[in-house]
Amino acid sequence: MFSKTIAQLARGLKDGEFSSCEITENYLDRISAQDNKYNSYITVTPELAMQQAKAADAVIGAGNAGIMTGIPIAHKDIFCSKGTRTSAGSKMLDNFIAPYDATLIEKFNAANSVSLGKTNMDEFAMGSSNENSYYGPVINPWGENRVPGGSSGGSAAAVAAQLAPAATGTDTGGSIRQPCALTNLSGIKPTYGRVSRFGMIAFASSLDQAGPIAKTAEDAAILLNVMAGFDPKDSTSADKPVSDYTASLNQPLAGLKIGLPKEFFSDDLNPLMAEQVQAAVKEYQALGAQIKEISLPNTALSIPAYYIIAPAEASSNLSRFDGVRYGHRCDAPLDLEDMYKRTRQEGFGPEVKRRILVGTYALSEGFYDAYYKKAQQIRRLIQQDYINALKEVDVIMGPTTPQPAFKIGAKTSDPVEMYMEDIYTLSLNLAGLPGMSIPCGMVDGLPVGLQIIGNYFAEERLLNVAHMFQQATDWHKNTAPGL
Amino acid sequence: MALDRQDVEKIAHLARINIDKKDINEYLGNLTSILDLVDQMQRVDTQNVEPLSHPLDAIQRLRADDITESNQREQLQQVAPAVEEGLFLVPKVID
Repeated sequence: MFSKTIAQLARGLKDGEFSSCEITENYLDRISAQDNKYNSYITVTPELAMQQAKAADAVIGAGNAGIMTGIPIAHKDIFCSKGTRTSAGSKMLDNFIAPYDATLIEKFNAANSVSLGKTNMDEFAMGSSNENSYYGPVINPWGENRVPGGSSGGSAAAVAAQLAPAATGTDTGGSIRQPCALTNLSGIKPTYGRVSRFGMIAFASSLDQAGPIAKTAEDAAILLNVMAGFDPKDSTSADKPVSDYTASLNQPLAGLKIGLPKEFFSDDLNPLMAEQVQAAVKEYQALGAQIKEISLPNTALSIPAYYIIAPAEASSNLSRFDGVRYGHRCDAPLDLEDMYKRTRQEGFGPEVKRRILVGTYALSEGFYDAYYKKAQQIRRLIQQDYINALKEVDVIMGPTTPQPAFKIGAKTSDPVEMYMEDIYTLSLNLAGLPGMSIPCGMVDGLPVGLQIIGNYFAEERLLNVAHMFQQATDWHKNTAPGL
Repeated sequence: MALDRQDVEKIAHLARINIDKKDINEYLGNLTSILDLVDQMQRVDTQNVEPLSHPLDAIQRLRADDITESNQREQLQQVAPAVEEGLFLVPKVID
């Protein structure tokens, strides 16, 4: 049962092979028996899950089941879920019981899916290794001393360890794609504005986007069907019609034009990973695609631009955590300023504080033009690179990460070294484009992710391109050793 | 733009984050290396490049000025650190 995809579970539920209560109970048992090895959940919600499973079984019994009815999933602990602690991986929100549901949670509830619990993450989604969580690091099921990536590391580890059939995530600079790459999963960061962010704790508002983390591209399409759509409660939500993302999964790829940016295959890339990505490209050629070398000349600048824009926006967004209305408050404050300062000193971890300080500096008087405005201008150049490239090709492919999952603690001493891990993922968020990561090989027993980038609102095409690869290859079927 | 300890203290004050004296040097080192990284941007000529603040260049939506939310004060104040008679309590601000 634990190896089944959502598509397979939905079929079994429909055919009466098992009930939602049975699946849910099995997953809850497995989580309590095994998650001490991975630390992928911050909060497990067994009572809620069983209640939702019972309700789902009634819906199935009445013959009204949709594809997600009775399917258990896990949610990144960044989505407010009414009555459940929503921590964002931070001490600041360790005591925060969300008073309302995020739109994404509402949508999954309306689809009668079952929520197993809330997954671990880098604090406020700031990190590439899930080592920045107040609740401790997450262990990659592919190696007990390896990181699962971040910031949606708990979601990825939970799915890779078969502690949930699928999970939700968010991606501000790679936080869905990079963990998927490091744990052999399929995930999509949709176009900026495609999925509502209402009730999703904000990190960098011009970059944040939610998306699914799944075992297959087909499952990601099923999940995105639930998640996508206009939401008047989110002022950045795209008011555009939503496709049925499963409709054209099987469309043949003959004539597909794939661009390979030469900057994605530079010396930073582990040569063994480059081989695996090139082999995947050959597979696409066999499926009828045409390959063209392209250039995204400003790729290297995505790191400095991102590490100004994201911290600047974070410093503004996180100013709301002041100990007044919710969350942590320090003991015995002397006065208001002391309360703010000690609350924030105690409530935030080191990386969050670093980013708030960098952002505060970048936005401070006299430096705005040199940093924030400059970064936004470079952002325009990066977007222009993509717009030009996507006039010539349908999709862009390359590695998701420069190397496979690294060891826990390997990059914690120097924040800048950690930032370099995001070299292939950041530019997409800066441009607002959709992108996927799917499994495409193994290096030293660790998974390799293939990144697929498309034009604005081309999620349906991306999922089709990913799905056809998974019809022709078995990489996505590899499971972590010992499962 | 090299930072010193006083800059770190000033930034931390602006951000309303207390930093212990013993930690200032570490923050100084981290911030300096991050600012060195982002200084790569200064080499790029961006004259006449329009800053991009929204990837789809969307504009703020407007809506009719209707009441759509009900008062949920009690529910929202349940998660507050200190409340009294519907008000959020903070340390005394005015003598």
